[in-house]
Amino acid sequence: MADTRANELTQPQRGAVSGEAVAALAAQDRRPPNVWQRSLANPRVTVPGIVIVLLMLIAVFADILAPQDPLRINAQARLQGPSAEHWFGTDEAGRDLFSRIIVGSQTSMTVAFASVFLATVIGVAFGVVGGYFGGIWETLTMRFVDVLLVFPPILLAIAVVAFLGSSMVNLIGVIALLYMTRFARVAFASVVEVRQREYVQAAKVIGAGSGRTMGRYILPNILSPIFVQVSLSFGFAILIESGLSFLGLGTPPPEPSWGNMIGAGRGYMQQNAWYVFWPSLMISIAILAFNTMGDGLRDSLDPRLRR
Amino acid sequence: MGRYVIRRLIQTAILVFIVSTIVAVFIHLIPGDPASLIVGDNQNTPERIEAVRRNLGLDRPIYEQYFDWITGIARGDFGKSLFTGREIRTDLVARIPRTLELGGAALLVSIVVGIPLGVIAAHYRNRWPDVLVSSFAIAGLSIPVFVIGTLMVLVFSVRWQILPASGYVAFSDDPLEHIKRLALPAITLGILSSATIMRMTRSSLLEVLGEDYVRTARAKGLNERVVIYGHALRNALIPVVTVVGLQMGTLLGGSVLVEYIFNWPGLSTYLITGINQRDYPVVQAVMLIIAVVFVLINLATDLLYAVIDPRIKYG
Repeated sequence: MADTRANELTQPQRGAVSGEAVAALAAQDRRPPNVWQRSLANPRVTVPGIVIVLLMLIAVFADILAPQDPLRINAQARLQGPSAEHWFGTDEAGRDLFSRIIVGSQTSMTVAFASVFLATVIGVAFGVVGGYFGGIWETLTMRFVDVLLVFPPILLAIAVVAFLGSSMVNLIGVIALLYMTRFARVAFASVVEVRQREYVQAAKVIGAGSGRTMGRYILPNILSPIFVQVSLSFGFAILIESGLSFLGLGTPPPEPSWGNMIGAGRGYMQQNAWYVFWPSLMISIAILAFNTMGDGLRDSLDPRLRR
Repeated sequence: MGRYVIRRLIQTAILVFIVSTIVAVFIHLIPGDPASLIVGDNQNTPERIEAVRRNLGLDRPIYEQYFDWITGIARGDFGKSLFTGREIRTDLVARIPRTLELGGAALLVSIVVGIPLGVIAAHYRNRWPDVLVSSFAIAGLSIPVFVIGTLMVLVFSVRWQILPASGYVAFSDDPLEHIKRLALPAITLGILSSATIMRMTRSSLLEVLGEDYVRTARAKGLNERVVIYGHALRNALIPVVTVVGLQMGTLLGGSVLVEYIFNWPGLSTYLITGINQRDYPVVQAVMLIIAVVFVLINLATDLLYAVIDPRIKYG
């Protein structure tokens, strides 16, 4: 999934023409830098972007990177501080914390990517259909969103997971459901604004059907605000996943996840404070990176905020 | 304006009705038989399952169950806990004030921290105090509340041992101990909102500092402190008030985890205990109350906007 994302980011620059033609065009191009160039020149996008890429690489190659088996119990080495053998120390069963942190990143990243992907697809579909057709479609889609927004997110997540059981699939489903509301609202507002523009009218005049008008002409023009939401939603997805795992309602215990490590480590703060420190640090870095990148993207994408 | 208020009230009433319906049918959305889930695998006899089913009214037609639930809560009757057998209403009456107290204390913390920091950041715009304060705000918005809570306990309870890690003591029993135990959860919960309030104060104050009357105040030689606190801040605080209103919803959501971490016996611990014990009537009652409060907070915020900002036309 990392690859498609990178492609989406660079595609508008590349276009369908060859590299030389682009270079030649760019040389005579006097237009102000486009959204993507501005974003890539903004350190508030690139610095967290690098951190995110690193986190993704850690998650993808976790099995190779982890120096020890994250599930191997060693009763002789319980709750140790950092050492040459255990870089981050050990937990209450003598398992290597460094390996658990690395493997635990897989959980957070998988849940975050899958749920944000689902949320984006479903939410944008809701918003575009509601905004384009209006009337009964608007009522059906947007009132559904309103009802979802009635519950505080963490509360709804707790309730659903508690009743359906905690598994990764349920976790992904409930986070997607919670955050499709944001995408639906953003897409809806953008479509309502774009719907009356000339190029949309022109598309209709030349005989484009509803599906084609929405997919080819409206969707590409509302992508920027959706990108900002994608970045911000990653942060929230990690937040909810780790929060539920912390409560014991997310990833089931022997498998490591940052959230359930904090939940378990809380009981051993006297003996080994490092135990809660490392997962806390990782969660904070991950969310901070996604939020900062979201803010940076928003500044780059919104011309009114440009300084 | 009048029409807007009426329309918003009707919308809210409909929303509350829909929410109570969802919460009512929630128990039927569980895959499998809720009665046998409640009994569990250990003492799984058909008689016990049948008893639970009758107790919950699951043996009657669904429309009857729904009607009973709706008329019940209209009378303030939430049924009995499956686990303790106590009236849920009694528990709610004891616990709601504690959640409100925690939320109120957190709001106080967030205002006391957020507004002065926002003023400092605006005053020293783009200089190191601003960078420091703004970084604090970003961190406060990003670090999950349960991480902050856990680290608070680590520092203040485990390392320095100046505040108790968790628990609750009634104010009437020991006022000092009560406040000591309120301190950590309230600060933990307040940090998130203080970051939002700080950001709003900063940007609002920066905007106001560019106004003509501020220039006039400076031109007549007033001390910078008088300019900021006497003239600018008052007007800058108007949008901050609405943000504070909005924060109440955030605080309610955040209290779920904070109550759990610090073992604060409010609504959320009641909910989590209910979930762990598969005490469905308790879960239903708490979900309903939190959702309704959330809806009312949103309504209040919208109406507050309408009052404060007369430029916006509400049709």
